Amino acid sequence: MTEEIIIAGFGGQGVLSMGKILAYSGIMQNKEVSWMPSYGPEMRGGTANVTVIVSDERISSPVLNLFDTAIILNQQSMDKFENTVKKGGYLIYDGNGITRHPVRKDINIYRIDAADEASKIGLTKVFNMMVLGGYLKLKPIVSDEYIRKGLEKSLPMRHHSLIPENEKAIEIGKKLIKPVQVL
Amino acid sequence: MKELRLMKGNEAIAEAAIRAGADGYFGYPITPQSEILEYLMVQKPYETTGMVVLQAESEVAAINMVYGGASCGKKCWTSSSSPGISLKQEGISYMAGAELPALIVNVVRGGPGLGTIQPSQSDYFQATKGGGHGDYRLLVLAPASVQEMADFVPLAFELAFKYRNPAMILTDGVIGQMMEKVELQEFVPRWTQEEINKISPWATTGKTRDRERNIITSLDLDSNKQERHVLSLERKYKAMEDNEVRFEKIQCDDAEYLLVAFGSSARICQKAVDLARAKGIKVGLLRPITLFPFPKIPLYKLAHQVKGMLTVEMNLGQMVEDVRLAVNGKVKVEHFGRYGGIIPNPEEVVNILETKIIGA
Repeated sequence: MTEEIIIAGFGGQGVLSMGKILAYSGIMQNKEVSWMPSYGPEMRGGTANVTVIVSDERISSPVLNLFDTAIILNQQSMDKFENTVKKGGYLIYDGNGITRHPVRKDINIYRIDAADEASKIGLTKVFNMMVLGGYLKLKPIVSDEYIRKGLEKSLPMRHHSLIPENEKAIEIGKKLIKPVQVL
Repeated sequence: MKELRLMKGNEAIAEAAIRAGADGYFGYPITPQSEILEYLMVQKPYETTGMVVLQAESEVAAINMVYGGASCGKKCWTSSSSPGISLKQEGISYMAGAELPALIVNVVRGGPGLGTIQPSQSDYFQATKGGGHGDYRLLVLAPASVQEMADFVPLAFELAFKYRNPAMILTDGVIGQMMEKVELQEFVPRWTQEEINKISPWATTGKTRDRERNIITSLDLDSNKQERHVLSLERKYKAMEDNEVRFEKIQCDDAEYLLVAFGSSARICQKAVDLARAKGIKVGLLRPITLFPFPKIPLYKLAHQVKGMLTVEMNLGQMVEDVRLAVNGKVKVEHFGRYGGIIPNPEEVVNILETKIIGA
């Protein structure tokens, strides 16, 4: 099993930390992982993206052109990454702020309105965990047990009281994700 | 059991140095390697192992602090990225001349000039052919994973002290910024003064009655003595070439074509090898781990086996010159590069291999 993912959105949406939690969970489940961020001027506001690879085998290139799954959280990222999903792959997007929806016919498309839901129920800080939950529903590449361990490892000790809230957000995300186009 | 962590390459280097028993780090921030200094400031090794961490007033000051610490037989190191490494060149040349062991980390960004903060491999010439003035060589290690970032720190110190020569870890923004799984080594205690006196009897540790004064200098105005010094350096560099060549061969046994790449480009080429083999092209990868000493002999041997070689580097063609020297005209060697912070992708490597080497 090798899963190659791009997660892209605005800086501050938790794109990088979502990737980190996924990667750490992979390590806990004894998988090989890589986490390659964009670290350019994007970090100072604007778009942020991270390539995460989780695999049973040694990972070759941490930099990729095509992905099994793209998780897209803003319009700029939709414009940039829709065409980088492998044929038959998955595109997951949050509809908030999206004006041009995905048009490809050869990929699976899912929508998760996590931003709206997070603000409605007052959980905006764990918006990214809702999105992660939606992704894990489609692709359970790591099990819940190891996601918890990943959270424990990636959150500093002083924030461990927030783990239940994160787990709750993951569960909400699993219910929130809806198919748009399934091959 | 060794400790398993998810770390950035830069963080792994910093943690590995603490664990390797380093005595002092002197640096100045610059993207894409600022996490090294930041990580050290958070870890505060000066409160645990006693390792000094200092943000100097400039890169020039930092390298001269390393010179001072190394003169006392201490394990000292510095890090920077390309423009900052240019500033350090005077100090590096002086350390090579004075035969001082130290570790210098270059997390390369695109140049020339201020260039870009994105990754590049355009400092290959600077690292392997001099950089500073005079006839000298650095031991140059090129990690291709976060694990190697951690592993090469104690290795670089070991080689630096073995040869009394500065060693460099030449990496780039990709390996520095990315996170991977890393197994951390056990803590090695810092050397005691007695150990330093024994390991480095040349160090300026305070003259005792039973020995001559130790002098650390790169200056000798007596040409005969200076010539003897340069020749002794040459013998040292020859010994490195005889004993310290390190490289990795991937799927080379039945290879008809060869990719040659170091550091992050080698990772991209590993994927390219898989893609090409899926298309039925028998290609292998030789990854130099030491850039000096360069793996000339393994390349020369492979030149008798393969029909063509392609170097993949994020520069205009630097290592390709060493590959051509190594194969000495035996086989065609071409270069493919991307510049300005653009990272080549595995698909384009396969395309170039097909057009420049196989189809040509």
